[in-house]
Amino acid sequence: MNSDLATRLRKYYLAYTGGFMVLIALLALLEWQGMPPRWIGYAFLFFTIMIYAAIGIMSRTANVSEYYVAGRRVPAVFNGMATGADWMSAASFIGLAGTLYLSGYQGLAYVMGWTGGYVLVALLLAPYLRKFGQYTIPDFLAARYGGNAARLVGVFAAVLASFVYVVAQIYGVGLIASRFVGLQFEIGIFLGLAGILVCSFLGGMRAVTWTQVAQYVILIIAYIAPVALLSLKVTSVPVPQLVYGEVLEKVRVLETQIFHLPAEEDARRRYQERADAYGARIERLPASLAEEKQRLSAVINERKLDANASMREVLALERQRRELPATPEQARAKWGEAKQAAQERASVPSHHAEAFPGASEEQRNAARINFLTLVFCLMIGTAALPHILVRYYTTPSVREARKSVFWSLLFILALYLTAPAYAVFAKYEIYLHLVNSEIARLPGWIAAWGKLGLVSIEDINGDGLLQLAELTLNPDVIVLATPEIAGLPYVVSGLVAAGALAAALSTADGLLLTITGALSHDVYYKVIRPQASTQWRLVISKSLLLVVAVMAAMVAAQKPATILSMVAWAFSIAGAAFFPALVLGIFWRRANKQGAVAGMLAGLLMTLYYMLRVQFDNLPWLGLHGIGMEPWLEVQSTSAGIWGVPVGFVVIAVVSLLTPPPPQQTQDLVERLRYPHS
Amino acid sequence: MQLTQKHVEYWHKNLVVTGILLFIWFVVTFVASFYARELNSIVILGFPLGFYMGAQGSLVVYVLIIWYYARYMNNLDLEYGVHEGEDD
Repeated sequence: MNSDLATRLRKYYLAYTGGFMVLIALLALLEWQGMPPRWIGYAFLFFTIMIYAAIGIMSRTANVSEYYVAGRRVPAVFNGMATGADWMSAASFIGLAGTLYLSGYQGLAYVMGWTGGYVLVALLLAPYLRKFGQYTIPDFLAARYGGNAARLVGVFAAVLASFVYVVAQIYGVGLIASRFVGLQFEIGIFLGLAGILVCSFLGGMRAVTWTQVAQYVILIIAYIAPVALLSLKVTSVPVPQLVYGEVLEKVRVLETQIFHLPAEEDARRRYQERADAYGARIERLPASLAEEKQRLSAVINERKLDANASMREVLALERQRRELPATPEQARAKWGEAKQAAQERASVPSHHAEAFPGASEEQRNAARINFLTLVFCLMIGTAALPHILVRYYTTPSVREARKSVFWSLLFILALYLTAPAYAVFAKYEIYLHLVNSEIARLPGWIAAWGKLGLVSIEDINGDGLLQLAELTLNPDVIVLATPEIAGLPYVVSGLVAAGALAAALSTADGLLLTITGALSHDVYYKVIRPQASTQWRLVISKSLLLVVAVMAAMVAAQKPATILSMVAWAFSIAGAAFFPALVLGIFWRRANKQGAVAGMLAGLLMTLYYMLRVQFDNLPWLGLHGIGMEPWLEVQSTSAGIWGVPVGFVVIAVVSLLTPPPPQQTQDLVERLRYPHS
Repeated sequence: MQLTQKHVEYWHKNLVVTGILLFIWFVVTFVASFYARELNSIVILGFPLGFYMGAQGSLVVYVLIIWYYARYMNNLDLEYGVHEGEDD
């Protein structure tokens, strides 16, 4: 019966993939016939969201097991695809290639961290969680450690980590809708919300699973197509993952030429001067603020008297004066940022493939430590994010769960092996065609993305040519603009938008289900009202889903500035809270309730403490001031889990050994987990 | 539950294979990254080796580790008679 289902599913999804290809071909034809780009964007968004909605409506369900774990009937391959879509978020799709473009080797920490974590999932968690076979991760903690304390700590950490993450997804949807379709950012967010809700609201895990499979197909085609075409153009081989070594070599040659051109050195020197000027101004605060105001006023007055001066110039100067920081503290912050930005442009860029670049041995060592700790935190976090682990509850057996992790990683690698190639090809195109060309004749995409603030150029040395130091790119622009950089038709851009949307929606769906599962199943049903009827549980779950989704959209609409580091924090938080308790719960019979609760809290608090103190000096909304501290061993706040995870392990071990062993019943449970059939 | 000699042996084998695979995982992740600067002096098909490991090599090893573990354990289940009944 199972293989029957798998065959049928394969047939459906093959037909669906074929249909999607036909849609792309049709739109390409229409574009060639003169259909305006805006309509192509609309068509992609409309058709894909319709497909997701149709799958969501077809898979609607009122059965608890279907709602939470898709009836545990998802074959390994399809669960792998769904996990892939669940996993690859807006950050992976839009941000990763750009991060690799900007930071070269250092960005590979994300590539390794977000894939290597699956080894831990496969070896230490997935088969055992499947054997346990309940609905949520806090369920496991409650059964293994007894009582509700472990469950509630688990709920808290799951909600904290997932909520941060879901806000980032909805934010991504808003960006895509506003950039490609020209909708207002806030309207885009609520459109995305609708796209998310049609699936998860009606059919829970079942609808989300089948939609995620569909979304995986779209996102992977959309990710690979532009870079494959670019690869075909540059190397005449359309498999970028295999041939980008040769392009990397060409990039290295270009870098060596460009970095030391006299014009580049001149531009960098001017940025250094600017940074120094800001530095001097900050030193002389508050006097310098008044001086700056006087200086601008003097210039404005002089200009006003000058008959040749244009009105525009005067207005620009007046705006400059108006926008001067109001207080010395604001001036310190604003000028500090400006100094930092100028300083970055003033330094010699490093080669793309150079590992741990730095001017001194200390800087290189700090880069190495941060690389290794970030890899560690991302891996442990991957193996502890509840929305991923819960996917291994949905396979029919332990056997399928093991295979399913393999398929998950294989499908995920399709994107992660491409991202570094993406970055190298984009860099090659930009270094070859853009750097040192006339600013007056730059291609259209620079102006188009410049309007959205993602690209900026400044002719600091006034030579009319674009130096590398004068170009600033936002990481997101690499994936979004590659079709234009490579001169591909607009239909490819529309495809990329549809793919990015699929990536954001699929992850948001999985996360929302995890949050509402934790709240409705773990808090409401297991703690508050164990006698609640099945139907009532689903009503609660669906209402919570709506509330959480709207809350997330409202937070995303505020455009929180630290969104990217918040996503990295989610990994450290989840890793420190869950990983030690889950792994020891399976592999160490002696771990008990007191140890687990203490260890989870200690790991979580350690991580939050380090994060907050390294990242912030003031937290006005908590009434905390002057809490900033020097990082330990130069480890950045995004890798706070490097302290939290070991603390979690040690505390669980010590407290467990100091308190009585868990009851026989629990020890039997641990034994049963270890054998697929018992 | 009643543990037989077979159960103990099965679990022991599982721990051994898990340990070996985790060791390989550790080497390709942390040891290879630690020495990335040194490995970068070796260039294959345009790829400096340190860069290549982070971008592709280690990732392929991860997939192989998981594939091998699933195969090994699924066979071990059959051998020790602890496999689940109903599925294929």
